[in-house]
Amino acid sequence: MRTIKLTLNGTPIGREVEDSRLLVEFLREDLKLTGTKESCGVGVCGACTVLLDGKPISSCLALAVHADGCAVTTIEGIAEGDRLHPLQEAFLAHGGFQCGICTPGQILAAKALLDANPHPTRAEIQHWMMGNLCRCTGYYKIIESIAAGAE
Amino acid sequence: MISFTYLEPASLDEALALLAQHGDQSKLIAGGTGLVNLIKQRLVRPSIVIGLRALKGLAAIEENGKLRIGALATLQSLAMSEPIRCSAPLLAEACRHVATVRIRSMATLGGAMAQADPNLDTPPALFALDTQIVARSERGERIIPVERFFTGYYETLLEPDEILIEILIPAQPAGSGTAFLKFLPATQDDYATVAVAARVALDGNGGIADARVALGAAAMVPVRATAVETALAGQRADEKIFRDAAALVADAIDPIADFRGSADYKRKMAVVYVRRALVEAAAKAKRPA
Repeated sequence: MRTIKLTLNGTPIGREVEDSRLLVEFLREDLKLTGTKESCGVGVCGACTVLLDGKPISSCLALAVHADGCAVTTIEGIAEGDRLHPLQEAFLAHGGFQCGICTPGQILAAKALLDANPHPTRAEIQHWMMGNLCRCTGYYKIIESIAAGAE
Repeated sequence: MISFTYLEPASLDEALALLAQHGDQSKLIAGGTGLVNLIKQRLVRPSIVIGLRALKGLAAIEENGKLRIGALATLQSLAMSEPIRCSAPLLAEACRHVATVRIRSMATLGGAMAQADPNLDTPPALFALDTQIVARSERGERIIPVERFFTGYYETLLEPDEILIEILIPAQPAGSGTAFLKFLPATQDDYATVAVAARVALDGNGGIADARVALGAAAMVPVRATAVETALAGQRADEKIFRDAAALVADAIDPIADFRGSADYKRKMAVVYVRRALVEAAAKAKRPA
């Protein structure tokens, strides 16, 4: 066990974790932040995407201890009070989700893209989002939502 | 997840001391995309995992005649790095093709090399760029030419007490052109069915002064196609020469049959992709004045 300190969705926290705890387990089981989903568990599907110091990562492959000293952003942390994040609004307005399981990962990956590149081309959106799978295959609407969110 | 003890040294000396002490029972972790997957699949069971992330100095990318890349530089930082894109665009291109932005944001170049998965994209690029690997232990430092580095499937020359600390890319031959091609018949984030890295330098008469060709996903280790290179040296840079030389790669590789294709199919596609890579690299090369 060791104590880690991180800024979680803007709030500094400290917690004890097992050395071998995965970040996704820490978020979902220890902190009960179940917006982050685990699906493939091998870094392929993108459902567990969170932002570590602003960069999109697979939380199923990250050790919780590697969040020590970092800022972690999950889907629970991007709205401001009752005001949804513009990307969340755009996904709602453009039907950017169907069953919803991939949506937290899609929105965080898209947020990382727009933070780095506020006006991406469609090709840039597609290349960046290529690793966030939607098994309902609603890709057109997802890309439309991100393009609208960038406006 | 299998449980282990995590140690996080604050300096390289401390990391080397831990490794000297725990060597065989420990594994180093950088980004974790490789090791965590191997642990999850129970292919490795380290009792101690030594995290390198506090060694910030090992993430630097410096250019001073040659490129010095700290082992902890992430693949995404290399794909976006101005010095890499200018002086070793082949490596930037190979990094851009690795998996997804999530993996590239976590995975490091040193980690990818030390893991020695023969399907990875960065080893053939580093072969074509005539790279050296710097390894350090408490016993000292040694420099290993990249083509001697890989000894088997997931195996390297690194001793249990050694850390890969740096990757050195020499200045490339003036006017040389490079190409990285990755055959991806299924999804864009997949491992290559076959990956080819090529570098071609021309002489003043439009002949080939020097060619280097390497492949990923083509055998148990990354492969340098010396037969192809030898066949090209001193020849004219034209399609027929490239076609004939590329055909020689079929006997230089030993791909495995898997869901990405049969061994025979991969051999045939390797010939096609080596030819295309040579044509593209030669087209980008400039004749010396």
